[in-house]
Amino acid sequence: MPSSGSSRLRVKKHNDVTEVEFIDRNILDEANIHQIREEIMGLIEASASPRLLVSFASVDHMSSAALGAMISINNAVKIKKGQLRLANIDPQIYEVFKITKLDKLFQIHDSTDSAMKSFQ
Amino acid sequence: MSTTSPHGPDHGQQPPERVKLLVANRREDIERAEKGLLSGLERHAFPEAAVFAVRLAIEEALVNAFKHGHHGMPPETPVTFSYSLTRDRVQIDIEDQGPGFTPEDVRDPTLDENLDIPNGRGLLLMRAYMESVEYLGKGNHVRMVYVKPAQG
Repeated sequence: MPSSGSSRLRVKKHNDVTEVEFIDRNILDEANIHQIREEIMGLIEASASPRLLVSFASVDHMSSAALGAMISINNAVKIKKGQLRLANIDPQIYEVFKITKLDKLFQIHDSTDSAMKSFQ
Repeated sequence: MSTTSPHGPDHGQQPPERVKLLVANRREDIERAEKGLLSGLERHAFPEAAVFAVRLAIEEALVNAFKHGHHGMPPETPVTFSYSLTRDRVQIDIEDQGPGFTPEDVRDPTLDENLDIPNGRGLLLMRAYMESVEYLGKGNHVRMVYVKPAQG
């Protein structure tokens, strides 16, 4: 974990679901992406069976390195037999998921509400 | 708002705006380079989708240059970033100081068996968003072209 600097995430607990929202509008910088990945990995490690909802509501730009971080997060959740949902993805960013076919890998919901209801 | 002629592009009316910079792997440098080009696109009334596309392609090309092209080199080693912008087209050139690479060697990240591999999507996105992407010389120089979509 980085030793200094504030969190790049807003984290809320709803019973057994952890909702994570990005603070940055642009998820492009390598160091920021690393920090985001490590913070979310920490949340996954802290849970026996993680149920994680990641909201992209404030995100305008993201790079393939950020997609890579989301894939690593998905892999870590899978190892723990947890559940990961993505929500509130801007249409331009959703296009990036479609081009890369990652819309097949992730469970993506229009809203946090519908994502929340989809947890089993 | 644009007040350009309604009779289509009048090629060659104005010389292209040409810019060439050295960019190091620092967020301030990268953003400074992007800002000049992106504000040029806005000035020439490129749509918002164009700004998104060009920014993404530049980010991906720079990550490739710094991370792969300059692998093992001093972190301050700069790349040459240049562009040539007209009212309906932009050509972006990014040249690193590395040994070059062969784009054909990049695996297809969209195959089912590769979907959970975290890296290797930059070139795919560059090709998806740009009109053309080509590697020149020994493969350390990428040239990308974006053409403003026809109005409508």
